[in-house]
Amino acid sequence: MSWTRKHLLGLQDLSRDEIQLILDTAEPCKEIFTRPIKKLPTLRGRVMVNLFYEPSTRTRTSFELAGKWMSVDVVNISTNLSSVAKGESLKDTAKTIAALGADFVVIRHYAAGSAKLLAETVQVSVINAGDGAHEHPTQALLDLFTIRDKKGTIEGLHVAIVGDILHSRVARSNIWGLTKMGAKVTVVGPPTLIPPGIEEMGVDVSYDFDEVIPHVDVINMLRIQKERQVAGLFPSLREYSALYGLSRRRLDRAKDDVLVIHPGPTNLGVEITSEVAEDPRASINEQVTNGVAVRMAVLYLLSGGKDIP
Amino acid sequence: MTIKAHIMDEEGIRRCLRRIAHEILERNRGVENLALVGIRTRGVPLAERLARNIEEIEGKSVSTGILDITLYRDDLTLVAPQPLVRKTEIPFDVTDRRLVLVDDVLYTGRTVRAALDALMDLGRPKLIQLAVLVDRGHRELPIRADYVGKNVPTSHRENVQVLLREVDGEDKVLIIEQV
Repeated sequence: MSWTRKHLLGLQDLSRDEIQLILDTAEPCKEIFTRPIKKLPTLRGRVMVNLFYEPSTRTRTSFELAGKWMSVDVVNISTNLSSVAKGESLKDTAKTIAALGADFVVIRHYAAGSAKLLAETVQVSVINAGDGAHEHPTQALLDLFTIRDKKGTIEGLHVAIVGDILHSRVARSNIWGLTKMGAKVTVVGPPTLIPPGIEEMGVDVSYDFDEVIPHVDVINMLRIQKERQVAGLFPSLREYSALYGLSRRRLDRAKDDVLVIHPGPTNLGVEITSEVAEDPRASINEQVTNGVAVRMAVLYLLSGGKDIP
Repeated sequence: MTIKAHIMDEEGIRRCLRRIAHEILERNRGVENLALVGIRTRGVPLAERLARNIEEIEGKSVSTGILDITLYRDDLTLVAPQPLVRKTEIPFDVTDRRLVLVDDVLYTGRTVRAALDALMDLGRPKLIQLAVLVDRGHRELPIRADYVGKNVPTSHRENVQVLLREVDGEDKVLIIEQV
């Protein structure tokens, strides 16, 4: 198995072997955390531009660190301080970045398909860091990495993805990734936050978290995206929390070795209590560490890719 | 591709490693503070065999580690797609250690250059020596081996292939001619 792609736009396009290769490459990259000098010379002289049209702490910082630890020069563009604020279009911004000699562009944008548009516009490796409600592939890859790390395998596990499935690119990328790797996935949430027809992605649907929780090996809690909520999808945060929040009491009904993950940032007291976030069964901080390793692996692999998918 | 010559068989490799083990002990006056680091892939079983030999001779064990140099290669922009990266496993602190780097074939010296950089990033060894089973010449960098199993003059069109039981199922060293 060798990697030939130039862009990482989503997990929908990737084969099981390609996902496996990213996870296997991330494994040695993780070793850098144990070193006194966190710097590999691998991608010296390459330039990466972080182009974020939406706020982000961990994804942007994680890409920045991953780049720096591979000796990539990293430039951050936050759109409220750049010419984007003057009305420059995505395509024009992309062309400017390409003309500056960038090798990688990491893009987060509120419109689904923006990463693909960028990949078709410029001769630069494009990495999707979240496009609308479409995909967020590196988040799903780090979730898969964390699951494999904790459970030894992904094949045959039963994973619940709980919360706002409708607005969640993390859910979508996770579903593609988990099903390709052979896990059984159940999405859980209120009917208003589960998109109709999601079963076609190969998942089961449940509106009853309490019924599902004793059967699963992994619980992936999604953030309630207050910024994307339109009124009326659920009565109140309090009611949401009572039915779909992960409390200690609810967690104690799960299998003893259940793994709890959350993409962050957490709304403590809404989808997860602070007690559960700190519980040894939860690996939320380790997900952040794994995120850097996975992104290092992605940069390394893409830097040798040539094709246009 | 044709096999041009058999340069070593199982017995030959065994005797070579035995001699190198003696040389390492002689040069370093024992095993104190000594560790062997095998370069993936075939340096790894060679380092382990040397460690076993040293233990048999000296009655004391010596630490071994595994080095993957992929992320330190100088030809990554030339080879597409990217080669597979595997784990580096050095279960000891390299700082102030006497390290013997072990590989199967010494050729251009570029792998050894990468390995030296990789080791330096892990700490500050007291010294680093180099042991190889075959030195085939054609160096492109100012690097030489401290311990050599066999010097084999070759042409650029030839390829030295080391086969080891742990990886390939048999022990033998061949010269292959590319046609």
